[in-house]
Amino acid sequence: MNDMYQKVVNVLTERFDIQTSQFREEVSVVVRPAHIVDICRLLRDELGFEMLEDETAVDYWPEESPRFHIIYQIYSYQHNTRICLRVPLNGNAPSLPTIETIYPNANWHEREIWDFFGIHFEGHSDLRRILMPHDWEGYPMRKDYPLGYEEVMFSFNFDEIDGRKPYARD
Amino acid sequence: MESFEVTENMLDGISHLVSEQAIKGETVLLNMGPQHPSTHGVLRLLLELDGEQVINCIPDIGFLHTGIEKNMEAKTYEKAAVMTDRLDYLNTVGNNLVYCLAIEKLIDLDVPPRAQALRVILVELQRIASHLVWLGTHALDLAAMSVFLYCFRERELILDILEMVGGQRMMATCIRPGGLWRDVPPAFDETVRYFLKVFPARIKEYEDMLTKNPLFLERTKKIGILSKEDAIRWGITGPILRASGVAHDLRKVKPYSGYEQYDFEIPTHTDSDTYARYLVRMEEMRQSLRIIQQALDTCPEGAVRSNDRKYVPPPRAEIGVSMEALIHHFKLWTEGFIPPKGAVYAAVESPRGELGVYLESDGSPKPYRVHWRTPSFVNLQVLPLLAKGHLVADLVALIGTVDVVLGDVDR
Repeated sequence: MNDMYQKVVNVLTERFDIQTSQFREEVSVVVRPAHIVDICRLLRDELGFEMLEDETAVDYWPEESPRFHIIYQIYSYQHNTRICLRVPLNGNAPSLPTIETIYPNANWHEREIWDFFGIHFEGHSDLRRILMPHDWEGYPMRKDYPLGYEEVMFSFNFDEIDGRKPYARD
Repeated sequence: MESFEVTENMLDGISHLVSEQAIKGETVLLNMGPQHPSTHGVLRLLLELDGEQVINCIPDIGFLHTGIEKNMEAKTYEKAAVMTDRLDYLNTVGNNLVYCLAIEKLIDLDVPPRAQALRVILVELQRIASHLVWLGTHALDLAAMSVFLYCFRERELILDILEMVGGQRMMATCIRPGGLWRDVPPAFDETVRYFLKVFPARIKEYEDMLTKNPLFLERTKKIGILSKEDAIRWGITGPILRASGVAHDLRKVKPYSGYEQYDFEIPTHTDSDTYARYLVRMEEMRQSLRIIQQALDTCPEGAVRSNDRKYVPPPRAEIGVSMEALIHHFKLWTEGFIPPKGAVYAAVESPRGELGVYLESDGSPKPYRVHWRTPSFVNLQVLPLLAKGHLVADLVALIGTVDVVLGDVDR
């Protein structure tokens, strides 16, 4: 663990309840959902992590606690260091505070997570579906959501399959 | 002017994104795209206009969503690699590279030096090809028709090289975990050198047509200024960030594939407008040529793929004589390899900015989660910020300068 990582971990441990782990030189910090906004503000204002590189989620279904992890990659230009934050969330319809006020580009990342995983971001300014159609049902990146396929149509079952295909009718 | 009647349906769920006037019907709501030639694919913009001035611009994306992340979860690591080409179809080799780098990081796999040098050459060629498409379409949007034809002439030379290496012009997946699919053919060196010889004069040709062209200057200077602070706040990367005065390039700050051996510069500019972004990208093409030249001159001989049989299939010739090779071949193409449990994030500098992949393994032969941090997705978010106050005609220049690839946005 290099000096900058050590410093970040020390500062965070002092003020928050966190666990750290390391895999292939990458440091991950597991934090509580309630602390995420404060931690991001601390990282940006005091430790120089100016940029949110990426925000995404992972579904651990059928696990229930935690069912999801939200993963933030936050980068510091001055220190050339990237830190990974992981927020575990329990249950099927979890929610956590948005970090849009700290890193404005979290807006679309969080919309994408809402769209794909159905994780609600409290205080988000524009939480709509982003990539799926606005009337889509279900959250397609969840592990309990099937991959889906195209049914093969033959002459004997053409009408039957055609009848239930989701065309854009009227 | 007769007031424009706003139907409730049009603003359903997005009334918080437009101004008061739009709800009263005092400003015009105009739909641009998804089938509009200057939106570079299928980007829909809902514009709120006061006369010709853009008050608000609301991007609507997802028309090209193909569920690649979900599909990759259902394939083995190596088989999922072919899907990566389809994300950013102008940077196919770069997509392969970042995915392979993530796998190599996950399983701690070595890559022979020759493969690394060849990867750099291919990725830089791809960067030039991508910038040529950007330049051609950007100029076309600004009504400079002939630049497009010139750019596509040179892009063809690069696509021929890619075809020679991987058998396909665009989506060859020639970069594989542990190295390359196979070694480049003998004519590769000569063909790339020919390209290096002719291309500087061709860049000069494009510049002659645009750099001092008063029409081009008027359409690009002081259009879409993005301050350094805003660029950092919004997580912008790539040429847009560099044109705003931040000398940040992953090839320099976090070198991969041996970029630390090559001598090149990061072009930056401080004007932060569309013209500055044009200058930065033109200079980037020259720097890419320098990198290719050095990589070609110092490219070592030797293997192009790792010898680790637990992850890399044996060469065809070995299968006939070695039982062990046959077993490895069978295992790798049926079950696939099994990386250790863990999660990694790998990132490269694509022509558009930081292209990252988050890869999580649960100790099974299929990736548990693949997430693409695509530069177009993040960069497109500032379009409303850039467009505010400009004319509709300038919006066309702004879409071009952000250099979005919708396959990269929608995944």
